[in-house]
Amino acid sequence: MQTVTKEMLIAKAAELLDNGSVTRVFGWQKGEFDYDVTPALFHSAAEMEKDFVWNDFCGANFSKYLIKDKGEGKVLVFLKPCDTYSFNQLLTEHRFDREKVYAVGIPCDGMADIRLIKEEAGEGVTGVDTEGDELVVHTLYDGDIRLNRGDFLAERCKVCKSKKHVAYDELMGDDGEIADSARFDEVAKLEAMSADERFAFWQNELSRCIRCNACRDVCPACSCEKCVFGNPKSGVENKAASDSFEEKMFHIIRAFHVAGRCTDCGECSRVCPQHIPLHLLNRKFIKDIDTFYGEYQAGAEVGSRAPLVDYTEGDIEPSKAVERGGANA
Amino acid sequence: MRKCVLADKNALLAAMAAVSRLYVPVDGADKQAVFSEWKDGAVLSGKLNTNRSAKDFFFPQTENMMTFKMSGKKLEIFDTRREHEDFILFGVRACDVRSFTVLDNVFLSEPVDTYYANRRAHGTVVSLACNKPAETCFCRTFDIDAADPEGDVVCWEDSENIYLTAKTEKGEKLLAALENVTEACGDDAADGVKTLVNERLGKLPLAELKADKFGGGKTDAFFNDPAWDSLSEACIGCGTCTFVCSTCQCYDIKDFDTGHGIHRFRCWDSCMYSDFTMMAHGTNRPNHMQRFRQRFMHKLVYYPENNNGLFSCVGCGRCLSRCPISMNIVKVMKTLGGKEDA
Amino acid sequence: MHNMKEALIPVIGEVTDIRIDTPDVKTFRVVTPDGKKAFDHMPGQCAMLSVPGVGEAMFSITSSPTNTEYMEFSIKKCGCVTEWLHQMEVGQQITIRGPYGNAFPVDTAFAGKDMLFIAGGIGLAPLRSVINYCRHYRDRYGKIDIVYGSRSKADLVDYNEILSEWATDAGVNVHLTIDREEEGWDGHVGFVPNYVKELGFSTDKTAILCGPPVMIKFTLAGLQELGFAKEQVYTTLELRMKCGIGKCGRCNVGAKYVCKDGPVFRCDEIDELPDEY
Repeated sequence: MQTVTKEMLIAKAAELLDNGSVTRVFGWQKGEFDYDVTPALFHSAAEMEKDFVWNDFCGANFSKYLIKDKGEGKVLVFLKPCDTYSFNQLLTEHRFDREKVYAVGIPCDGMADIRLIKEEAGEGVTGVDTEGDELVVHTLYDGDIRLNRGDFLAERCKVCKSKKHVAYDELMGDDGEIADSARFDEVAKLEAMSADERFAFWQNELSRCIRCNACRDVCPACSCEKCVFGNPKSGVENKAASDSFEEKMFHIIRAFHVAGRCTDCGECSRVCPQHIPLHLLNRKFIKDIDTFYGEYQAGAEVGSRAPLVDYTEGDIEPSKAVERGGANA
Repeated sequence: MRKCVLADKNALLAAMAAVSRLYVPVDGADKQAVFSEWKDGAVLSGKLNTNRSAKDFFFPQTENMMTFKMSGKKLEIFDTRREHEDFILFGVRACDVRSFTVLDNVFLSEPVDTYYANRRAHGTVVSLACNKPAETCFCRTFDIDAADPEGDVVCWEDSENIYLTAKTEKGEKLLAALENVTEACGDDAADGVKTLVNERLGKLPLAELKADKFGGGKTDAFFNDPAWDSLSEACIGCGTCTFVCSTCQCYDIKDFDTGHGIHRFRCWDSCMYSDFTMMAHGTNRPNHMQRFRQRFMHKLVYYPENNNGLFSCVGCGRCLSRCPISMNIVKVMKTLGGKEDA
Repeated sequence: MHNMKEALIPVIGEVTDIRIDTPDVKTFRVVTPDGKKAFDHMPGQCAMLSVPGVGEAMFSITSSPTNTEYMEFSIKKCGCVTEWLHQMEVGQQITIRGPYGNAFPVDTAFAGKDMLFIAGGIGLAPLRSVINYCRHYRDRYGKIDIVYGSRSKADLVDYNEILSEWATDAGVNVHLTIDREEEGWDGHVGFVPNYVKELGFSTDKTAILCGPPVMIKFTLAGLQELGFAKEQVYTTLELRMKCGIGKCGRCNVGAKYVCKDGPVFRCDEIDELPDEY
């Protein structure tokens, strides 16, 4: 259950709009149902009263929208703890003007995953309310179904890495702690596979890719003005994979490009229409970076130099890294 | 009309598979329904519809069209197409069956797209009425009847039987081949299912969505609407809506040099992509709002203008549940069509 | 004749002559390997040329249909495909398919009319086909005026043909202009739209405009000032195309597909399109 309410967020926004601190607000907009929430810009408290929502389906991370936002005056953005990591990482990369943003940190008790809910409750879900530790799922054909909320959180929330905000101008509610997350368990399972098993795993997952580019387009680390996969002169610019090799290359190249900058926000897997667990590729990089260079969390602080772009004499010798990979290949 | 008891459904499918290659919706590894080749004893998906639309069977995401060989200044062209073999698609929903009509109007109009025509000629579509339409369904908005779908053969299921009727010559041929596993029944046998489905369609959350404000000749009414700005504001410009859409038909033609020859292939493309209209000297849709607007104007105004009022949306609802930011044609229609002056 | 049943599969075209027109425009002569024209066309129609491995692109057919021996394409170097075309040598085989699009109504609306052709830069390419068609069937048309402008003398495409053939025809008046004064040029200097206004044509002519969008915009305004109605003015549109047969979706503007419903439009028809071309 979220500890900060929608009313509190609207009141905060109204206060900041009224006193001129901000001119507009990035917030979540109500959809047709409770769970199809759209990121939107609000310009008044009245607009927010009408359409703003804050519920268990506000997973969308606003950090990347700050790059495009070119309005007058400051914009208010509500940041969940995990969003603040993307926020900092984009600041580190000088992708938006900090002076133009008023960031309000809000606590997050995890976001529910509508896909998991629909898998359990079947189709025809017209709404989902949260009551304490339970989700009350309203359905067309089976009445209300009560589910244990914890079981239906998004994977990224079940293994939440941090309830602590690493960036904000103002914090609402109590700040949390960096969690001792089990987020690398799935990666460890993949590492334990034989190379053939692992290849088969990714072959199966990535063969579903339809190259819609949603993972890239939503990713806060993918903020290039012109993507290599959108450049006709790159030789790799294809909407569809021309063969099964290229299918894998797209995701592997993308994982390399964001390595060391990916904060593990999990948006890629959230938006994938084909349910490919793309975040596991990125987590493998994070896990390896932690192992080789010491623990590093992208976005934990502004201006930190990622180990991959910061040479030190203590860096692991490439041969050692290869050896390690070899032993596991 | 013919029927087959549900307990014998596997035998019915086996009889279809004996006629030609048969594809049925089953749950894939990601727990989403996907059309797969039928195997004896296959458990059919309980999902209302497949994650990807059925258009893949006639307009695949990628297909090789021809191959070139270049040596010095000389060039050879090889038509790499093969005659497609017959296949049956079982369990296609009313919305997706209509999407084939939408695609036919594009690909089978002169000059005919022979790649599409080849596949279409060899496919037999067996549709299935929607006993449990979902909250994202709005096929009725476009005069599609999920209680009585179009198709070569149409099926209904109740708790005991599956009922089949042929609507085309192709369908009659298939039904004739199924005589041993089906028995004759009255034409009203499926009426109970139809009534149930109709009742349920009437109670859907989007049952009241109307398209009558849109259609051909309405360009001026909607093109310059200021709402396009706010509607497109959060769109991330990916191709998810386009690629899960059962009617989106834009494509790209590209060459791929394998080192042993050059394949010219075609693949799905999206008008939402920034390079879609990019030429050497620029693009006619430089900003994102214009690209977003194009997709919806095409479905709701331009396509109907060229196709006797038929909309290029079938209300399947895939974009509603797949869009990363939950922006979709329903929200667009409600926002634009909800205005007095439209 | 190209088999329209296989609309997307091209035939082989061999480049038999390459003429350097300007620093960035070359004219390519194309025939099939057995030395024939690949297909027949009408003035204004286009063809898809491709260099396998590089890509395919749409070009207007520069030569007149009255040329029964070969087709010509005047092509400006500006992207991947055109760069490749510019570096090839005579004898190179490429692919060609077509014809695509509508054509200028040379045998209907234009018949018996005084014609006013106005082109800027490479915009002469699609007009050359119709100009030479009108010259070939000279008695079917009234007076012919040609206003053609370019950045400099060196950028005038088909300069020799214009001077030695067009300008010497009876009843054909050629008016050339370049943007800035230069040595060795004693003709008119100034932009095309202004020159058209200065020349002050009578409004009983049918005008055909082709050139950069900004030139078209201002020339059309100039013609309207002179009293021309939009119904008397034709132009061609250029958008990205992949299929050429109204299916791939790229050149869709409003309910029109420029590859199929265009590229030739009357200016009043263009007014009906949403402002996105």
